Amino acid sequence: MSLTEQQIERYSRHIILKQVGGKGQEKILNSKVLIIGAGGLGAPAALYLAAAGVGNLGIVDGDVVDLSNLQRQIIHFTPDIGKKKVDSAREKINQINPDVKVTTYNEKVYAKNILDIIKDYDFIIDGTDNFSAKFLINDACVIAKKPFSHGGILRFQGQTLTYTPQSTCYRCIFDQPPPKGAVPTCSEAGILGAVAGMLGTIQAAEALKYILGVGELLTNKLLTFDALNMEYRTINLKRNRNCPICGENPTIKEVIDYEQPLCDLRK
Amino acid sequence: MILTINGKKTEFADETLKIPELLRKIEVDSPDMVTVEVNGEIIYKASYPTFVIKDGDKIEFLYFMGGGSSLKGDKI
Repeated sequence: MSLTEQQIERYSRHIILKQVGGKGQEKILNSKVLIIGAGGLGAPAALYLAAAGVGNLGIVDGDVVDLSNLQRQIIHFTPDIGKKKVDSAREKINQINPDVKVTTYNEKVYAKNILDIIKDYDFIIDGTDNFSAKFLINDACVIAKKPFSHGGILRFQGQTLTYTPQSTCYRCIFDQPPPKGAVPTCSEAGILGAVAGMLGTIQAAEALKYILGVGELLTNKLLTFDALNMEYRTINLKRNRNCPICGENPTIKEVIDYEQPLCDLRK
Repeated sequence: MILTINGKKTEFADETLKIPELLRKIEVDSPDMVTVEVNGEIIYKASYPTFVIKDGDKIEFLYFMGGGSSLKGDKI
C-alpha cells in the first residue's frame, strides 16, 4: 500500500516525525484497534485514533447517549441524546476521517462474547468504568495474548498501564475485584471531564506507539496522576508470581463474569 | 522507622508495622480499594496481616479506579 497525495497531506505532521515517516503511517493505516466503552476514556481515544488514521476501529458499547454523558464523552453531541453510542461514535469518526473503517458492537462485553470480539484486533483499549469489565478484559487479553491499555479514573485522578504478553497484568496488581461495599457509591464519585480526556489520550498514544513499535510503553509500570496538583508518578511493577492468571500456578484458566453492582445516578 | 510512602519520606514511632496497622495509621480512605506494593513487590491482601514492614521500606498504595463508560447507566 502506498499513500495517496491526500493522505500525504492529511498525515504530514505524522510523516515528518522521524519515528513515524511514511512507513509508520502505513502501519497505522493497516492497524486494527478495538475500543471497549465509548465513554469518558473511549471518546477521546476514538477521536485521536480516527484522526491518526487507524485503518480499522472497533467500538464496543451497549448504551445510548445520555445528557449526563456530554460533560466528558466528547465524541457524543447534544443532538445524539438517545442514540446508540456506537452509532454516534461511528458518525463522528466517519466525519473526521473517511480512511477509517468502523466496526460497531452494540453490546456489553461478557465472558461469552469477549474472546470473539477481540480476536481480530492488534491492540485493545479498556475504556470501561466497572471492575467486572476491567478484569474480564485483562483476563481475555492475557488468555488471547493481546496487548491492551488499562485506564482508570476517579474524581481528579487517573491511572493507566499497558499490557503486552509477558508483562505485568492488571491482576498482578489487583488479584480480584474490590468487595462490593468498598466501591465508592455513585453520589461520592465524580470525574472532571478533562481528566477523562487526559487519560483517554494517553491510552490512544500508547496504542499508536505499540503499532509503530517506537518508544517505551507503560508496560511493567503504572502511571498515576492527580490533576489537582498535576502530579504524575510512574510506579515500577514486577510481574507477580502469585498472579491468578499469569503467575506460576494460575487458577484462572478461562474468562469469567463477576457480578456487577447496580449503581445509577439517575435513580 | 522511616518509610517512603508514594515517594514521600514519612516517620513512624514504631519499629515495624503490619500492613493493616499501617493502613490505619495513615488513615487510608477505603483500605479495600488499595493494593500495597513494598520494595517493588505486590503484596496480595491475604498476606497483609503477616507481612512485616520495616525501616527503609518503599511503599506504594495502588488504588482501584473505574473509568469511562458504564455497564449499566451512568456511574462515573
